[in-house]
Amino acid sequence: MQKPLNPDIRRRGLLIGAASVATAATSVAKAQAPAANAPGTAAAAPSTATVSFTVNGQVRALELDTRTTLLDALRESLHLAGTKKGCDHGQCGACTAIVNGRRINSCLTLAVMHEGDSITTIEGLGTPDRLHPMQAAFVKHDGYQCGFCTSGQICSAVAVLGEIEAGIPSHASADLMAPAQATGAELRERMSGNICRCGAYSNIVDAIAEVAGRKA
Amino acid sequence: MKSFTYERARTPADAAAAAARTPGAKFIAGGTNLLDLMKLQIETPAHLIDVNGLALDRIEPTAEGGLRIGALVRNTDLAADARVRRDYAVLSRALLAGASGQLRNKATTAGNLLQRTRCPYFYDTNQPCNKRQPGTGCSAIGGFSRQHAIVGASEACIATYPSDMAVAMRALDATVETVRPDGPARSIPIAEFHRLPGDRPHVETILEPGELITAVTLPRPVGGKHLYRKVRDRASYAFALVSVAAIVQPDGTGRVALGGVAHKPWRIEAVEADLPRGARAVTARLLADAKPTQENAFKLTLVERSLAAVLAEARS
Repeated sequence: MQKPLNPDIRRRGLLIGAASVATAATSVAKAQAPAANAPGTAAAAPSTATVSFTVNGQVRALELDTRTTLLDALRESLHLAGTKKGCDHGQCGACTAIVNGRRINSCLTLAVMHEGDSITTIEGLGTPDRLHPMQAAFVKHDGYQCGFCTSGQICSAVAVLGEIEAGIPSHASADLMAPAQATGAELRERMSGNICRCGAYSNIVDAIAEVAGRKA
Repeated sequence: MKSFTYERARTPADAAAAAARTPGAKFIAGGTNLLDLMKLQIETPAHLIDVNGLALDRIEPTAEGGLRIGALVRNTDLAADARVRRDYAVLSRALLAGASGQLRNKATTAGNLLQRTRCPYFYDTNQPCNKRQPGTGCSAIGGFSRQHAIVGASEACIATYPSDMAVAMRALDATVETVRPDGPARSIPIAEFHRLPGDRPHVETILEPGELITAVTLPRPVGGKHLYRKVRDRASYAFALVSVAAIVQPDGTGRVALGGVAHKPWRIEAVEADLPRGARAVTARLLADAKPTQENAFKLTLVERSLAAVLAEARS
């Protein structure tokens, strides 16, 4: 049976400990990488590549195993752990980040494919002292329970309102040619790529509707 | 995920040539399907050729009065294009019925055409699957087959093709434009682009090794009402059990293509003459060769009812 944890070890400390283990593993992998990577000869040896992109306004240059997803680069290399790894297969939306103004699943894209891109994560939307209006609305409407999906929900919601403003239609739009509206049905359809296992959906829609300036 | 080397291609011809000369190479664009499969080691490319830098992200009018959709146009942009919404609404509707907002922002026109099946046995690497590992057998035959093909399947594979976009493109008589590694371009009618499984279900299209899709062209608009009806287990963000893409003219004539029933978008032009007679007559001929399993025989009824609903909506 597992021994009970020392109550002095807080969860945050454990998480930081886990992150440094992952960093050490990455350094070992780097040291074993061949100096030059001939195309198609990868075999078992990891292949690395360099990439530079802007994250929350800061330019970041990284040398990464080519297999590193944008999600893992954000979390493991840049220690921006606000973006969450849920399913890691593009099904749950917990990893949603905004890249060049568009929301994407950061788990289904390689970091090295984002040369020159501008990436916004939950850490770049607001701070505890100066919440983004969408963050404030989620707090006000209790748009979460456990909070694991929340950063993805909020990044997605911010982008959804941008998509509606840009006139992008959805499956819920009755008239493809009419301007898109932030109705409850539209918000539910547009947010369907973000799963909330606690089932806070109605409060999430209320929060987004308030920011959109109308009732759901 | 297996290790791979990575390069960014500069021109379509370079990309095709690199793919032909590098063993185990694959193109990557949106990556939403390929990376998913690489994580499961169902796809194990030794080399990835990133084609996102190729200037294939525009939608332009053709000399024939149609549209040329670049291979890298994202699903969101294609669905939102004002010309597509006005003249090819069935395509906008089909795209918006698929995936999630996040995935449509990444997924490309060419990548959507090349989506692999969502058969759960293809995804389960512990099970035999002729598509994943040729010659090992088909676990879906005799297994849980509710989602599977009812028509055009084989003894080797009963998987369905998951794209919504391609079903609308089939109804629109789209053409797939490619460039081959040795240089020449070719135009492939979408009806010929996807294969039925036969005894080689792992070969899903007629593309040659290294051949790169550069665009999809749509002929000039044909008018009529454009409808896409997708029936699935959830209201959003799920693959089709059955889908119907239809273009219906005021006199009741038109075109119909089906998704969720076969290894490719399912359309038989000859049966469309029966459209004014109603859904039953058309469905009977569209699915005349159907061989459903006990678990997916409901799709026969579902196709007829979905088509009936579409035709009623077209009349309203």
